[in-house]
Amino acid sequence: MRTIAMIRRILTELLRDKRTLALMFAAPLLILTLLYFLFQGAGNTSADLAVQSVDDDLVSAMQVDGLHIHKIPERQTTDQSSNYTERIIRDNDYAGFLCQNDGSLHLTLAGADEAQSGLILESLKAAQAELSGKAASATIASQAAALTQLESTVAALTSRLQTLSGGRTGTSTGLPQASIDAKGGEPTNRPSMATTPSSVTVDYLYGSKHSTFFDTLVPIMMGFVIFFFVFLISGISLLHERATGTLARLLATPIRRHEIVNGYPIGYGIVAIVQTAVVVGYTIVVFKTQILGNVWNVLLLNLMIAGTALTLGLLVSAFAATEFQMMQFIPIVVIPQIFFSGIIPVASMPGWLRTIAHVTPLYWGSRAMSDVVEKGANLAQIAPNLGVLLTFILVFLGLNILAMRKYRRI
Amino acid sequence: MTKGTMPHTLESPTIKVSHLVQGYGKRVILRNIDCEVRHGEIVALIRPSGSGKITLISTIVGMMPPKSGTVQVLGTPMPDRTMLGNIGFMAQTDALYTNLSGLENLRFFASLQHVRGKHFNDAALRAASVVHLDHALSNRVSHYSGGMKRRLSMAIALIGDPPILILDEPTVGIDPQLRRELWNELHRIADQGRSILLTTHVMADAAQTDTLLMIRQGRAIAQGSPTAVKNLYQATSIEDAFIEAGKEQDANHSND
Repeated sequence: MRTIAMIRRILTELLRDKRTLALMFAAPLLILTLLYFLFQGAGNTSADLAVQSVDDDLVSAMQVDGLHIHKIPERQTTDQSSNYTERIIRDNDYAGFLCQNDGSLHLTLAGADEAQSGLILESLKAAQAELSGKAASATIASQAAALTQLESTVAALTSRLQTLSGGRTGTSTGLPQASIDAKGGEPTNRPSMATTPSSVTVDYLYGSKHSTFFDTLVPIMMGFVIFFFVFLISGISLLHERATGTLARLLATPIRRHEIVNGYPIGYGIVAIVQTAVVVGYTIVVFKTQILGNVWNVLLLNLMIAGTALTLGLLVSAFAATEFQMMQFIPIVVIPQIFFSGIIPVASMPGWLRTIAHVTPLYWGSRAMSDVVEKGANLAQIAPNLGVLLTFILVFLGLNILAMRKYRRI
Repeated sequence: MTKGTMPHTLESPTIKVSHLVQGYGKRVILRNIDCEVRHGEIVALIRPSGSGKITLISTIVGMMPPKSGTVQVLGTPMPDRTMLGNIGFMAQTDALYTNLSGLENLRFFASLQHVRGKHFNDAALRAASVVHLDHALSNRVSHYSGGMKRRLSMAIALIGDPPILILDEPTVGIDPQLRRELWNELHRIADQGRSILLTTHVMADAAQTDTLLMIRQGRAIAQGSPTAVKNLYQATSIEDAFIEAGKEQDANHSND
């Protein structure tokens, strides 16, 4: 009964606080929308490539979306400047420069944007695959020779690109030269032109070719934004109660400590249910996120994540004297959790980091969420993770009741 | 029943503090305090700042268990959570929910004190009219003045007619006319056989009470009716008596 009075009071207060309501419901949607556009755009890379004296067949085979090919006139024999290629790229802000000297192709990449370099290399590979199919039927000696060289060029360039992306440091020219002469390239043991498959069909077990990084991010970020805002608001509200003296006043009534401590998770839990429903509904309707698993499992998981955030927020607020001190817990308690939530694969982390990952609630929550959304995991498969989250909630609740002893011993 | 619980009769004190030693950690705030509040009695606690008034009140309402000695409320040793239902408490700082209306604050605290349902509306109106707040009950507390908040805190303490009232600085921020009416009400409450323990800085308030308890440096330096205390120190006012008692304490202390 007293718990009900607590819940009713918490909800009434919250409904009157329009700003906090807006923070709880609008802010998560804002962040998710921003992410949506940020990572949706990542697939639309465009690159400018300059070509010089390259076979028309190859150039037309290289045409892909986003790649703009600019044919530039033959180099003047009088122009002997050593930085000719560099100048062309720099003056026109091209991503690459491809030229052909007799049978050999020479590609220079600006290397400033890996997505653009990747696009150029991919289109070269695609052109290779297409032309090799033609080459198999109507072998044109010169073209075949050029293609063999092209193949090794591409292979070398790919490995070169990987090296670049590993530790790209600015060279003295500012334009890293990813150029390899195909004639001087290492010998390749590729199968002969005739047996090279001319087309590749890609099937996806999960997701589709339209999947972007955002689809991977959605289940993780959904859990994170819910965790973040519920943590902040529940923690600050209990802190406010301590700071204004109403908590001490409450404890001068016959209320039990656990009735106070339970009132908060239940009151804010009701808000969290609504918030979770709004966030999940938004991702489904607006982002058209495909949830392979049961949507109720998604809601349940989000609710459990909200529960850990709630109880953790309440607990942490016991160690803060002001709202500002509460904010100081965010970089310690909340931000590190995002690193363990699956954006960076935890399996590739060093052992001691993996141990830390296992004590963060979001690690368990986000993994299960990704499994449900992307792999269609059922309730039985996520049950262990739900169990861990429930344990977190119960431990935090128990500690909260103990922390309340600071105010009243009974 | 807890050990030490005595059957409570009208003759026995509602609040009984015996040999109370209290403090935080190693710091001792109260040394050997004895006091009693009886049915129908108004007791005022007078003290200079920082002499352990809050500590004494916190101990009586069971926020902290005594280091030694005992505190009993209605014959039950404190801390005891259920006894808090018999105490109407008004804290020194207004502990109110400013986003709620006066009535909502009253209802919330009343439901924690077991006042609810059909009794609530009568009880709330009565408590609010005592402090002249009945016209503003539907307004949000964030729009209240300091004095109005004080009066709402008082109404919260009064609601449900608890047998014991503990009021910490109840007259701060209240105008003289309302103060007079408040005292009439407090005397009326005491005449019903209920007990009031209050703290005050205002000597005029102290003069209205049945018993004064002066605490200084953690010790009770004077105890008795206002007249008796004045006579004891041959003082013309309670203020003088308090100062004389302080001097005497200092003199004794230097002899230790």
